[in-house]
Amino acid sequence: MALPYYVSPEQMMQDKAEYARKGIAKGKSIIALEYAGGILMVAENPSASLNKVSELYDRIAFAGAGKYSEFERLRKEGIRYADMKGYAYGREDVTAKSLANAYSQVIGNIFSMEIKPLEVEILVLEVGEEHATNELYRIAFDGSIADEKGYTSIGGQAEELKLFLKDKFSEGLGLEAALQLAARALEAAASQKVRAAHLEVAALERVRQGRKFRRFPQTELRSMMDKSGNGGG
Amino acid sequence: MWQISWSDWQAKEGQRPVEFHFNRHDAGSSFFDLIREREPALVPQFPAARGEGGEGMPGVPLATTVLALTYQAGVVIAGDRQATEGYQVASRRIEKVYAADGHSAVAIAGAAGPCIEMVRLFQTELAHYEKIEGMNLSLEGKANRLAQMVRANLPLAMQGLVVVPIFAGFDVKRGEGRIFKYDVAGGRYEETEYYSIGSGGKDARSSLKKLYRAGLSEDEAIHTALEALYDAADEDRGTGGPDFVRGIFPTVKLVTAGGAQDVPEERVAAICTTIAERRRTTP
Repeated sequence: MALPYYVSPEQMMQDKAEYARKGIAKGKSIIALEYAGGILMVAENPSASLNKVSELYDRIAFAGAGKYSEFERLRKEGIRYADMKGYAYGREDVTAKSLANAYSQVIGNIFSMEIKPLEVEILVLEVGEEHATNELYRIAFDGSIADEKGYTSIGGQAEELKLFLKDKFSEGLGLEAALQLAARALEAAASQKVRAAHLEVAALERVRQGRKFRRFPQTELRSMMDKSGNGGG
Repeated sequence: MWQISWSDWQAKEGQRPVEFHFNRHDAGSSFFDLIREREPALVPQFPAARGEGGEGMPGVPLATTVLALTYQAGVVIAGDRQATEGYQVASRRIEKVYAADGHSAVAIAGAAGPCIEMVRLFQTELAHYEKIEGMNLSLEGKANRLAQMVRANLPLAMQGLVVVPIFAGFDVKRGEGRIFKYDVAGGRYEETEYYSIGSGGKDARSSLKKLYRAGLSEDEAIHTALEALYDAADEDRGTGGPDFVRGIFPTVKLVTAGGAQDVPEERVAAICTTIAERRRTTP
C-alpha cells in the first residue's frame, strides 16, 4: 500500500491560490463605483441572459466574476439567506455586512478544506441613506474580505481597472459620467472598444422606494453611451 | 464534497434561527418550500387550539369586508379598516389590502393574525422567485401559489383560524385585469367582473351586482367600490364604514399596466363624503 505523498501546507495553499487565480483570470471583469445617486455596477458580459450582477435584497446587490456555476450558487444562497432573515426579523435587519461575512466564511472554508477551491471573486454592495453610508465589500477566492470606498473591481483585469480608476475617479459623479468612466476603464484594461451590447449595467438607486436595484435596458444604455460619444468623450 | 453550511461552525440545534447554507442540493425558487425545508419554525402554524373553533373564537381579531372589481384599465381592490373581536372593535385602522408585487395585490378576510402573516409570506415568495429566477411569475402562477398557501393553512382553518384572500392582478401578457377568489381548502376560482368576501361580503356583492357594468372608468370604479363598502358597513356590524370623526377611510388600490398603486387617502375621503351626502336623503 502506497503512503500518501507529503505536501507542506504552504505548498498546498499556494497551489490552490494559483489554481483559483487562473480560473478567475479567464473571466471578464466587473466594476462597481459610487455615484451621486447610489452605486453603479458595470460588467463586461456578452450574454444577455446569464447575469453577473443581480439583486440580493432591498438595498443590497451582488456581483460575481469567475466560474459562472459557482458564483450563481453563491448568489442564490445569498438571496435565500437574506429573504429568510428579512422574514424572520425585519427588512432593515438584512445588511451587506452580515451577508459579506457569511460569504467570506463559506468561501474561506471551502478554500481551506476542499481539494478544489471556488474560482470566484464576488462583490456585496449596499446603498446607504446617504453617500457616506454606502458599503462595498469585495470577497476573494480564499474568503478574504475587503471593505472598499469609492470604487472596486473583480475579475481577470481587476488590478488594471483599479489602477485606471485610481487617478480618474472622483466623488459625486453623475450617472452618465460614472457609466462613461467605467466603460473607459474596461476599454483601457481590455485595450479594445467596448460595445453597449456587451455591457451589463445595473444600479442601486437611492431615490427608489423599497427595492433599490434596477437593471438598465439595452436601449437606455445605448442612448447613454451615445451621449458620451457626442459630449466630448 | 461541498457540504459546508454555516451551521457546522455553530453549536448544534436551534442556536440561530437563520443560517447561511451552501450545500450541493439546490433548494429551488420557492420561499415557502425553502422555509418548510430549512427553517420550519418560520412557517406560520399554531399548536392545536383547545375548545371549539368557529367564528368568534375568543381572542382572535377577525378582518372583514374586502372586494375587487375589474374596470377599463385593470382592477380596483378595496377593503374596510375594522377588525372585530366578538362584539368588540379590535382595531379601527387595520390594513387588509396589500400590494403583493409590482403588478398584483391581495386582500384578506378571516383571522387577522394568520391573514397578515400569509400576506407577508406571499410577498416574500413573489420577490424571492423573481430574484432567483431573474423574471416574474405569470399571474396564473402567482394565483396558484397563493392557492397552495391557503391549502397549507387548512389545518388552522379547521380550528377556526380561517384565511381567505382575494387576489387581483394585471395580466401583462393578456393586457387585462383579473380577479381570483379562494375557498378555505385552497380552491381557486376566477371571477371576470367582481367579487367580495368577509362578514359583509354578501352585502357588498349585492351592491356591486346593481352598480357594476363592463368598462367602468377609473373614477366610476373607485366610486362603485366605495359604495359597496358603504353598503356592507351599513348592513354588517363587523364592517367599518368611513370614519369622518377620526379620519379613517377604506383602503383602495388600483392594479393596471403601470403597476399597483394606492389611491390617495384624500381622494377616497372626498368620494366617501359625496356618498354620505347623497345618502342623507336616500340611505
